[in-house]
Amino acid sequence: MTDHALGQQDTGPVWHQADDHHDHEASGATVLGFWIYLMSDALIFASLFAMFGVVSTSYAGGPVPREIFDLKLVALNTAFLLASSITFGEAMPHMEAGRVGPTRFWLAVTGLLGLAFVSVELYEFAHLIAEGAGPQRSAFLSAFFTLVGTHGAHVTVGLVWIAVTLIQLGQHGLIPAMRRRLVCLSMFWHFLDIIWIGVFTFVYLYGVIR
Amino acid sequence: MSIRPHDDATLRGHGDSHGHVSRLGYRIGSLLAIMLTIVPFWLVMSGPQPAPGSTAAIIFGLALIQIAVHVICFLHLDTRSEGGWTLLAFLFTTVIVVVTIGGSVWVMLHLNGNMMPMPGGPAGPVR
Repeated sequence: MTDHALGQQDTGPVWHQADDHHDHEASGATVLGFWIYLMSDALIFASLFAMFGVVSTSYAGGPVPREIFDLKLVALNTAFLLASSITFGEAMPHMEAGRVGPTRFWLAVTGLLGLAFVSVELYEFAHLIAEGAGPQRSAFLSAFFTLVGTHGAHVTVGLVWIAVTLIQLGQHGLIPAMRRRLVCLSMFWHFLDIIWIGVFTFVYLYGVIR
Repeated sequence: MSIRPHDDATLRGHGDSHGHVSRLGYRIGSLLAIMLTIVPFWLVMSGPQPAPGSTAAIIFGLALIQIAVHVICFLHLDTRSEGGWTLLAFLFTTVIVVVTIGGSVWVMLHLNGNMMPMPGGPAGPVR
């Protein structure tokens, strides 16, 4: 009935509205599905956190957290990741308003901050391994590298996703499919920042004061 | 034709209010997240802790608050989205996460406690 009434006046909005409606339902299902994926990913991290919690004092006579963790470096890394989460939030209103340029700009800023995070983390890992505090040194360090490395691998995948999305935005603009992908990507990115809250609290800060 | 203004108004009203609310939520969430990150780092980096136990309780409490802030302000979890299914999935996950982490640490600590008298003592080679 709505379509008919509008159709007499102008055919443009009819297709737009029908398309919009369809897209809304489809993206709703996608977003819910992606949410359930994130929840299952949270369970992977829960088991890694549990493993770390169990062996976090099994130093095997090796280095303890206070000796090897550089909190200034961790604070810098935390700032990079939190800032990237906030800049992604800046991109979303531009996406909703259909402005491709600013969306790509803020997405690129997010990607650069994510790249800085991964670079600092790789530097930290290389430094630890050079000091003889590699994953083979003790159960604590094995669990540390597994947990933090899994998070870092997720961020790296997120960086690849951001790069692909930037290219696709240049090719297609903000078509409904791209909006749906951007919503999923933003959820993924915010999710990784939430996992990092657990990492910097449980692994680094608690490790240093215990 | 009569339905059009109504539709437009509904759409615009919905879009506008949603946009405003989520923007404000985002700004508040960002500020809270920044503060909730700075405070625990400052606490721990300010020097040796006189009471490590209470510092630990504070930083874990702040982390839980920050996780809630991120989930509500950044992931926009509420009771209405997707008919409540996202919230249900989230709560289910929270229960499993608490059981997995809390349960593992609890059980293994008790196990360690019961196996305490080891040859060589706490600093012995077995650790």
